[in-house]
Amino acid sequence: MRRLSERAIGAVKVCLFLVALAPLARLLLGVFVFPEWLGANPAEYITRSTGDWALRFLLIALAVTPLRKLSGWVWIARLRRMLGLYAFFYVVVHFASYVSFDHVFDARAILEDVVKRPFITVGFLSLVLLLPLAATSTHGMVRRLGAQRWNGLHRLVYAIGPLAVLHFWWMVKRDLTEPIIYALVLAALLGYRVQEKWRQARAVQPTR
Amino acid sequence: MLIKRPCDIKPSEITPQAIYARRRELIKSAGLLAAASVAGIGSGPASAQAGAKLPAIRKSSLSTTEKPNSFKDITSYNNYYEFGTDKSDPAENARALKVRPWSVVVEGEVKKPKTFGIEDLLKFSLEERIYRMRCVEAWSMVIPWVGFEFNQIAKQVEPTSKAKFVEFVTAYQTDTMNGVRMPILNWPYTEGLRIDEAMHPLTILSVGLYDQMLPNQSGAPVRLVVPWKYGFKSGKSIVRIRFVEKQPKTAWESAAPQEYGFYSNVNPDVDHPRWSQKTEKRLPSFFANRKTEMFNGYADQVAGLYAGMDLKKLY
Repeated sequence: MRRLSERAIGAVKVCLFLVALAPLARLLLGVFVFPEWLGANPAEYITRSTGDWALRFLLIALAVTPLRKLSGWVWIARLRRMLGLYAFFYVVVHFASYVSFDHVFDARAILEDVVKRPFITVGFLSLVLLLPLAATSTHGMVRRLGAQRWNGLHRLVYAIGPLAVLHFWWMVKRDLTEPIIYALVLAALLGYRVQEKWRQARAVQPTR
Repeated sequence: MLIKRPCDIKPSEITPQAIYARRRELIKSAGLLAAASVAGIGSGPASAQAGAKLPAIRKSSLSTTEKPNSFKDITSYNNYYEFGTDKSDPAENARALKVRPWSVVVEGEVKKPKTFGIEDLLKFSLEERIYRMRCVEAWSMVIPWVGFEFNQIAKQVEPTSKAKFVEFVTAYQTDTMNGVRMPILNWPYTEGLRIDEAMHPLTILSVGLYDQMLPNQSGAPVRLVVPWKYGFKSGKSIVRIRFVEKQPKTAWESAAPQEYGFYSNVNPDVDHPRWSQKTEKRLPSFFANRKTEMFNGYADQVAGLYAGMDLKKLY
């Protein structure tokens, strides 16, 4: 488990790619074949579900590093890019459904929403912040930017995570159970990193 | 973007809707009847529950001519937080709601306080009222309610001159309502109207949907319907009606006063702080395909109630 052959990693990647498409496939089947899957308000179902999956993939991507360190499975780092890109992919579908279903491409109404409504503002901000990360996800871009700058840029995800959870939190009418669960998971994932930093800082301090 | 929807009739719907929708009741009532006969309990028409047919129903000129939503859409997409906060929760969980025996206490500033059994309420002359229903969440449906005007209740109890408002208290069954364990709202859910709003001919107590008794998730056995206000003003499963002098505190107003006011009239010019109320999705459409109308399209009948009021402040 700690080390996998190149072939095994390739197979895991193909599986992950297909599994991560399942939520989309379910929505498409709901739209075109089984309308009862999406209920009386199909647009809301699609918007909610793609938002949920965007947030989930974001958290799963953020879980890769802690999991790698805790388990010693070095190879799972190789899945991180795909997980992050899937988060981005579902965010784009989420945004597209909001733009089309809720506002029927009315640019003025959307702009008004983004400016006036805090929960839309933070949601939109996390989408915008994800753009440079998605754009620099290729090997070529890592090389061009250099590891240090690339890493610096991708620390943006530490802002995107909280913004995305806040977006969900402020959207909910009354029952905060789900946003609280996402917030706790996010807090654990970010908390782990803070704690690691402390540990490293103390380790390099000279002992007297 | 063109989204193709499959044809309207699904094979699952070829079974007549009335029978299909009653399948559980048919099975259950067979069991109940058997149990009742063993226990020696009579089961008259008054013990009929959700799904049972209502007697002949008069049509009303106050009904809209718009096409009603399907029974399935109306009863599978509900806000009834006592049974969970997902739209699909009430259809699943409200089956537990105990709707018999049921009585509605009418009291307060009235000359003749009275308790109405559900049997008494079903004896009112029932009318079909096909109303638009606009949810504060910016979706809408067209719903064929069956019921009677609330002012008929008022006539019987004779409100005094002190009765300025009417408070509606809804059911709070800790043993059947899985949602009330969480303090999401102040239970029991309470709503209120100004007396002239309550007495308006459009304000009804509903006991049925389409041609049958109100399904539990829709607020069985008796609920309020006020079609020119956002849906949450129309309290479900009512147990107590109080004529009062002071404006009552309502559930959503207590929970988030900056978002939900006492009046909560449908108003495209007053946004919810977190979303616009200018347009709405007429379900099951994908798109926000309608401009929301002032007073949900009932302005001709009700605008007079609010003459001289600043509805931006008294939202």
